[in-house]
Amino acid sequence: MDNILKVENLQVSFNTYAGEVKAVRGVDFELRRGETLAFVGESGCGKTVTAKALMRLLQPPFAEIKPQSKIAFNDEDVLSMGKKRLRQYRGDDVSMIFQDPMTSLNPTMTCGRQIMETLILHKGITKAQAREEAIKTLELVKIPDPEKRIDAYPHQLSGGMRQRVMIAIALACSPQILIADEPTTALDVTIQAQILDLLQELQDRLETSIILVTHDLGVVANFADRIQVMYAGQVIERGTVEEIFHQARHPYTWALLSSVPKPGRETKKELYSLMGTPPDLILPLTSCPFAPRCEFCMNICKERMPKETTLSDEHRVSCWLQHPMAPKVETFYERQA
Amino acid sequence: MAQYILKRISYMILTLLVVIAMTFFLMRSIPGDPLASLARALPEQTKANFYAKYGLDKPLFQQYLIYMKNLLKGDLGESVVYAGRSVSETIIQTSPVSAAVGGLALIVGLIVGISLGIVAALYKNSWPDYLVMFIAILGITIPVFVLASLFQYFFSVKLGWLPTSGWGKPQHMVLPVIVLCFGTIATYARYIKSSMLEVLGQDYILTARAKGLSEFQVITRHVMRNSMLPAITILAGRIVGIFTGAFVVERMFSIPGIGFYYISSINNNDYSMTLGTTVFYAALFVVMQLIVDFVYMLVDPRIRLAGD
Repeated sequence: MDNILKVENLQVSFNTYAGEVKAVRGVDFELRRGETLAFVGESGCGKTVTAKALMRLLQPPFAEIKPQSKIAFNDEDVLSMGKKRLRQYRGDDVSMIFQDPMTSLNPTMTCGRQIMETLILHKGITKAQAREEAIKTLELVKIPDPEKRIDAYPHQLSGGMRQRVMIAIALACSPQILIADEPTTALDVTIQAQILDLLQELQDRLETSIILVTHDLGVVANFADRIQVMYAGQVIERGTVEEIFHQARHPYTWALLSSVPKPGRETKKELYSLMGTPPDLILPLTSCPFAPRCEFCMNICKERMPKETTLSDEHRVSCWLQHPMAPKVETFYERQA
Repeated sequence: MAQYILKRISYMILTLLVVIAMTFFLMRSIPGDPLASLARALPEQTKANFYAKYGLDKPLFQQYLIYMKNLLKGDLGESVVYAGRSVSETIIQTSPVSAAVGGLALIVGLIVGISLGIVAALYKNSWPDYLVMFIAILGITIPVFVLASLFQYFFSVKLGWLPTSGWGKPQHMVLPVIVLCFGTIATYARYIKSSMLEVLGQDYILTARAKGLSEFQVITRHVMRNSMLPAITILAGRIVGIFTGAFVVERMFSIPGIGFYYISSINNNDYSMTLGTTVFYAALFVVMQLIVDFVYMLVDPRIRLAGD
């Protein structure tokens, strides 16, 4: 499989009154054609910022992508794209679905017009043709009665329907990459499953690569091919879904996995929850960012940043426990077994 | 929809009835009467005839009923102070003058205010923003009469560009309109700026940018309409502001508008004239309010009523 997107040393900072907040600190990854890559982590660890940076949606001068960062789309440098090329890249090559369908659609424009807008912009077709296309797209995302719904305003639709409209907008021009930023977080559980099934089906049909940003590991398990776990603006562990779910090596990944409720399992034990909060990203990080919350923390963890250790083709982890001199710890699987 | 309009119109009539009743009884509760100074020197019988002519000899409540009966026939009565001058005629003669000045001030105020607000929002935290906000603060804090005298002093007395006061030529309108629209400019610049900034931070703006729209398209297609919503809400208030500002401005620039007569009729205790003009203002205001609500529905689909 070839890489469609390659990100190297991505660094994003926010300039605030309090100082420079380094939200993303050197993220590397690649996205392959047709695969689904999930960004996982708790709030404020840089998942969404990374996703937005890929489309250059962060607003300067408040947000700043550092000059040493590299984003390559099909070997084309995204960060040096001119205005015209960038507008084409957004919407036509890469598109994005946002978290809250209640607020992500313009309330004073009909759903149809919002879909047609991107079609007219990128395909250079007439209004009438765009309307036809928009109806087809609405059919594609399984909105009943598309001829009627095309003239509906967002407030006349339910949350799930609105997210379908968002997906229709995003997929209208058959982009090569779809970035889904927590696409199901604001929806109720039954609708979540429907939306995920829809995304999966459309991915198979359109051969789109998907970047899925989420904090819900349950969503990831059924949907993603590869996972990267993010913490404090860095990728701390990455691998295939099987590797992350069954052979995770980072204590933070263990903590995330332990916090997922498992229905059906008879247990009187309280659900695990990780204490503390992620580090303040204004401060420089010279040691492992997870050290203060880690139950396996060693002296070295508080002094130096761990290097990434390669465990298999896909599986890599940044943790001092991988060092040959580190004590062998009992992982959470072994404890639960 | 028809039901809604019917409901609104019946509320409007109710409002007007309350306004008329309150004005009627409040006017009569002011000590003295319109004929007091005029009739002081007259013999007792002549005086009584005078009072009888205007119906002022009857009990208060009966006077009210007579007034209401005449009003239903469309008759606003005759000025008590200036014999022979009909109230309706005065309104018909003077209101176009006020409408010209007020309407022009409103239009200029809206255009300039909205444009300044957009500029301030787009150039947030740089000198155009600071300049606009400075103008806005001046416009809100300086009372109309101070502004009017300042303008008269500089542009008429010092520079001699424009006439201080009067009516009839186009240049007579320049200063009053500028003075009158200042408040609207100030209010709108501030409102539009903050509502535009709010809209710019909305998620759907991010969606629009992610579609690949240019910044200009994002602003014209997605930001403008949504940030106009609060602007429409304050429109009714601004129209009132233009009216009340006009009382002062028409006086200071000697413009023969309805506000000019309104003030003098109150000073003269001219019952019928005050009542008539109040009814006119109140009617105009409730109609404006209704129009504003309809404009709101036009711009924001969420407010369109269920079942239409």
